[in-house]
Amino acid sequence: MNPMISDTMPMQPAEQHGRPSTLFRICRKMWHLKMGVMGGIILAVMLVFAVAAPLIAPHDPYEQNIIQRLLPPSFMENGSDRHLLGTDGVGRDTLSRIIYGTRVSLIVGLSAVCIQVGIGVILGLMAGYFGGRTDSVISFMVNVMMGFPFILFAISLVAVIGPSLQNIIFALGVTGWPVFTRVTRVETIKLKESEFVLCAITLAFSTKRILLVHILPNLLPAILVLGTVEVARAIIRESLLSFLGLGIQPPTPSWGMMLAEGRDYMLGEWWLAAFPGFAIFLSALGINLLGDALRDLVDPHMRKD
Amino acid sequence: MSRSLPDHILEVRDLKKYFPIKAGVMKKTTGHVKAVDDISFFLRAGETLGLVGESGCGKSTVGRCLMKLYDITGGSILFRGRDITAFNRRELIDFRKKIQMIFQDPYASLNPRMRIRNIIGEAIRVHGLAERGEWQDRVAALLHDVGLRTSHMARYPHEFSGGQRQRIGIARALAMNPTLIVADEPVSALDVSIQAQIINLLDRLKEKFDLSYLVIAHDLAVVEHISDRVVVMYLGHIMETATDRDLYTRPAHPYTRALLSAIPGTGKKNRQNRRIILKGDVPSPINPPSGCVFHTRCPDMFPACRQEKPPMVKISENHWVSCLKYTG
Repeated sequence: MNPMISDTMPMQPAEQHGRPSTLFRICRKMWHLKMGVMGGIILAVMLVFAVAAPLIAPHDPYEQNIIQRLLPPSFMENGSDRHLLGTDGVGRDTLSRIIYGTRVSLIVGLSAVCIQVGIGVILGLMAGYFGGRTDSVISFMVNVMMGFPFILFAISLVAVIGPSLQNIIFALGVTGWPVFTRVTRVETIKLKESEFVLCAITLAFSTKRILLVHILPNLLPAILVLGTVEVARAIIRESLLSFLGLGIQPPTPSWGMMLAEGRDYMLGEWWLAAFPGFAIFLSALGINLLGDALRDLVDPHMRKD
Repeated sequence: MSRSLPDHILEVRDLKKYFPIKAGVMKKTTGHVKAVDDISFFLRAGETLGLVGESGCGKSTVGRCLMKLYDITGGSILFRGRDITAFNRRELIDFRKKIQMIFQDPYASLNPRMRIRNIIGEAIRVHGLAERGEWQDRVAALLHDVGLRTSHMARYPHEFSGGQRQRIGIARALAMNPTLIVADEPVSALDVSIQAQIINLLDRLKEKFDLSYLVIAHDLAVVEHISDRVVVMYLGHIMETATDRDLYTRPAHPYTRALLSAIPGTGKKNRQNRRIILKGDVPSPINPPSGCVFHTRCPDMFPACRQEKPPMVKISENHWVSCLKYTG
């Protein structure tokens, strides 16, 4: 074979597959955007449910009606039009309880993440900026927390301080911060060497000012993205604790607890567990989608195409 | 060379800055990058001193040591006769008001999330450098001084070009009312057409605010225009110090001659026409060559250069050179 041809031959496929086509990138972008909007809608609906639960819920979530217990959803045989998603073992309306359950999920999710951000960001800023021994100690704490099984830690904590809404938030807050520390620490180390931070040092600003005014605002997008995802995780963990009976105490409706109650009827009345389970799944999915879309918006590499 | 004279605003004596190289799990120090090794120079009040050398020669490290961004390994830095390494908190703040820095990269040196008003005005407010309520007027005046408009105050850095950003950086440094400005490659990131504007601006501001400059650059042509004296660095050492005119018309050190010959022809009469091409790369500062650090690439090298460290020799007023050709 002619040596010139053999030289050029392998070049051609490389050129064709070098980069994804513009069309592909636009489609991907649109898809991400659409998913993000969907996530936003889900979160908005949850917020409306939580705030206006008494106006939206068709029934009182605490009202028991033994005669109408264990009704199937209205789309099934024997279902009642009055109870769209059926009733539970003591005749309470499932749909109303799910709507009220949004409150617990959102309050726990948002509050727990606020605590996580508070602890995690402060420690991350300190570890990243001061380095040295401070960094070693904080990084060690992060590794211990991440290596320790969350559920064991949260269970023992709640067992000691007792199950209640505040204690759940506290338990989730003090166990979930290490991810924020990690992200903040790495970003702070990067920013510490940047010229505008060096400049702030030469302008004789205090360390507190440099951390809070110069570094922290540049971390907010990353923290916002991570925070969104962590809200979803906190909601799932609250359900888990409530499912185990260590979370919200009856009769306050919580998705995790409804799931636990539904477990007794799993074989016959599957919907009792399925609907709260679906609510957990949908809310976590929606918040994650929103977080993903936010990440795309914030990440300058994604923003370019 | 290191007599402390009253008009010396800055004096650097035997400055050393070594960066440790750490390796392994135990973070053991296995060696040092000798970024700056035993350099001495001084700066008179009202003077502009150029510090030139190839990238990696330690010139930026010198600048950062002067700003106390790095702790020095050895030697001393005297600012108005006082050792800056011995400053306490209070003194350090006062020192930092007097010495300011202009950074190389106008894109990285401005906080992207702050408006210009705050970038320039923050120091004024924090340190109380203007009457309460008048800080914005001060910012406006500074913007005017560096050739920007008052209407730019409410904008963010990304709305400006490189040259404009560098002007903002200059205004920020001036806000502290400094007496000395360290300019670390102030124009190397800018287009050639903009470079001249910024150099001229620095020149003008020097008159107006009674400043002294230490201009760090890798480009002799940039330094030539602005400097009164020039220090040539190579691999953490000073090769030659001379007045602007001496250096460009009568370069003594072979390294300086090579650098000068690399400036594209501007038709200067006394400049050599023959281009000196240095062979090889800059040696590693971890293991600098013995004797004269330049001997591995020197066109005029003779055997003694391998062993003997050349001392600084005065060859005329204000002209010092570190080369064995001029000793004894």
